[in-house]
Amino acid sequence: MAEMALWEAVRRAHDEELARDPMVIVMGEDVGLAGGTYKATLGLYEKYGPERVIDTPISENSFTGLGIGASFLGVRPIIEIMSVNFAWLALDQIANTAAKVRYMSGGQLQAPVVIRSPGGVAHQLGAQHSARMEKVFMGIAGLRVVTPSNPRQAYGLLKSAVRCNDPVFINEHEYMYNLRGEVPDEEYLHPLEGSEVAREGRDVTLFGYNISVHWCLKAAERLAAEHGIDCEVVDLYALSPLDRAGIARSVAKTHRAVIVEEAEAPCGVGAEVMAIINEECFYELDAPPVRVSARNVPIPYNRTLERAAIPDPDEVVAAVLRLLGR
Amino acid sequence: MPLETIEDKKRVLREMLFARRFEERCYEAYVERKIGGFLHLYPGQEACVHGVMEAARPGFDYVITGYRDHIHAIKCGCDPKAVMAELYGKATGCSRGYGGSMHLFDVEHRFMGGYALVGGPFPLAAGIAKAILMQGGEEISICFLGDAANNQGTFHETMNMASLWKLPVLYVCENNLYGIGTRIDRSTAVVDQYKRVCGYNIPAVQVDGQDVEAVYEAAKEAVAHVRARKGPYFMELLTYRYRGHSMSDSNAYRPKEEERKWSRRDPIIILRDRLVEAGAMTHDDYKRMDDEILDEIENEIVPFAERSPEPRVEDLERYVLADDDSCRRA
Repeated sequence: MAEMALWEAVRRAHDEELARDPMVIVMGEDVGLAGGTYKATLGLYEKYGPERVIDTPISENSFTGLGIGASFLGVRPIIEIMSVNFAWLALDQIANTAAKVRYMSGGQLQAPVVIRSPGGVAHQLGAQHSARMEKVFMGIAGLRVVTPSNPRQAYGLLKSAVRCNDPVFINEHEYMYNLRGEVPDEEYLHPLEGSEVAREGRDVTLFGYNISVHWCLKAAERLAAEHGIDCEVVDLYALSPLDRAGIARSVAKTHRAVIVEEAEAPCGVGAEVMAIINEECFYELDAPPVRVSARNVPIPYNRTLERAAIPDPDEVVAAVLRLLGR
Repeated sequence: MPLETIEDKKRVLREMLFARRFEERCYEAYVERKIGGFLHLYPGQEACVHGVMEAARPGFDYVITGYRDHIHAIKCGCDPKAVMAELYGKATGCSRGYGGSMHLFDVEHRFMGGYALVGGPFPLAAGIAKAILMQGGEEISICFLGDAANNQGTFHETMNMASLWKLPVLYVCENNLYGIGTRIDRSTAVVDQYKRVCGYNIPAVQVDGQDVEAVYEAAKEAVAHVRARKGPYFMELLTYRYRGHSMSDSNAYRPKEEERKWSRRDPIIILRDRLVEAGAMTHDDYKRMDDEILDEIENEIVPFAERSPEPRVEDLERYVLADDDSCRRA
């Protein structure tokens, strides 16, 4: 097990997949000569050449569509959209073509593309560079959505996504590329479905994904140390399809649920997990589930306002204490 | 399949007449409510796809288009029975009943589909061309779209990339003068569509889209250019659709005099009259050809669609994701 930064894990996955299969290509803005905005493709242009590590013009919808068209013939494009905010521009090709082409062709065509994009609230990037779009993508039938919370997942999910015959959207976080963690030395394919128990506990389940897993883990430590509350943390690395069985299993164990998301509450992951809890295990609950979400505002520039707009471990702690009537 | 000899021309005349009668029969089936959804018909534009594809290799070269796609699918080699069955929503349809009129697919014949977002296929065609280059084949990618698609961002974004990367893709603009109900000069600053790609350094040509032989001659050069890996090429074919944009269109926005003018330049009649003048066929031959076509449509194609089974409701969720679940679990 080597420890590495998340960007290094993503870069390693790119490198290994490019080396394994000549049909794998990488495309996006500044992914080539510049090595990628977050270094996810550093050195790969030199190693695999401009035909396979392709610097695109700033034309998100069309370079995404180009990758999708290539995938019809068996090319395996890894498309980087520099910031998830720009994925709104590519939504037509992602939702109308990649996600639907297998279905509307009666199974004749498939679009095995990987679309990676960092989102989330980072360093005062303002309203148009702080989107959290996972809720948009997870509502699209025919598209898989995964979101890594650590370097191991970032590495293994990308490798699996490249080999998957479905289009996969990988939701990364701008804040997390320097996050360090262990990644297996040998090749590792992470499943694209399921969830992981990041911390075992008895009293309450904290559901998180991506950055909010870390808030949950921090909150769980404090709740254990300061209040004697034993939290389970479930990492929902797969957002579509969500792990219904895994969600129900943990709720059946702890009987209480808090869902923590960096995105706004309406139509989000929290809403969906709550619905699943209702449908799968309502009678296991000892208390109504709670969401800890961002405020429903465009993200402001001012640092204090920006931090106030999104949750943090303190808010998770407070939510758990309220839930337990403390 | 070149359009050089008298026999070629008779064959293409028959194919174009078949296309006309097929679409007219679709119209009837739609009125009878046998066909649902939106239906965009091709009469008037037959010389476009036939002229271009005679210069290409149907079933070998990849073709992609918009929602006015029935005849493009058939020209690539898709069985007209499977097209009609698809319009009827049947399991024997070329998209198994999951696509409909706007989403015909026949990947075996390299017809890569009809897509219903105007301008959507521009980058898909460029991507197919990129894949061809990577795989080292001799195929080319051919994209047929209407003039109004050129007002989408994907047109400009894709022309830029196709030219930059010298992709083997032929863009065919079937300029029928209307984007849904809006005439081209009311929506588009530059009416001559071939001029719009000069900013991307793509060779372009404007051709009489009612004369299948003129289309063919121009397409020979275009296809040769693209197949020689000299980069993309753009053809503008001046044409006219006889019916409205779709069946839900009253077609009231077009001056009758304009319609009459174009009907005097019918692509089928132009080719027929040339063959008659050349002594290659008589009006009786033509009538016989027409009767045979009508007979085939009425007694083989429509009954096939009528009698075919519906897709099964149990299969509603089939094809949403891949069947193999290797990537799902550890």
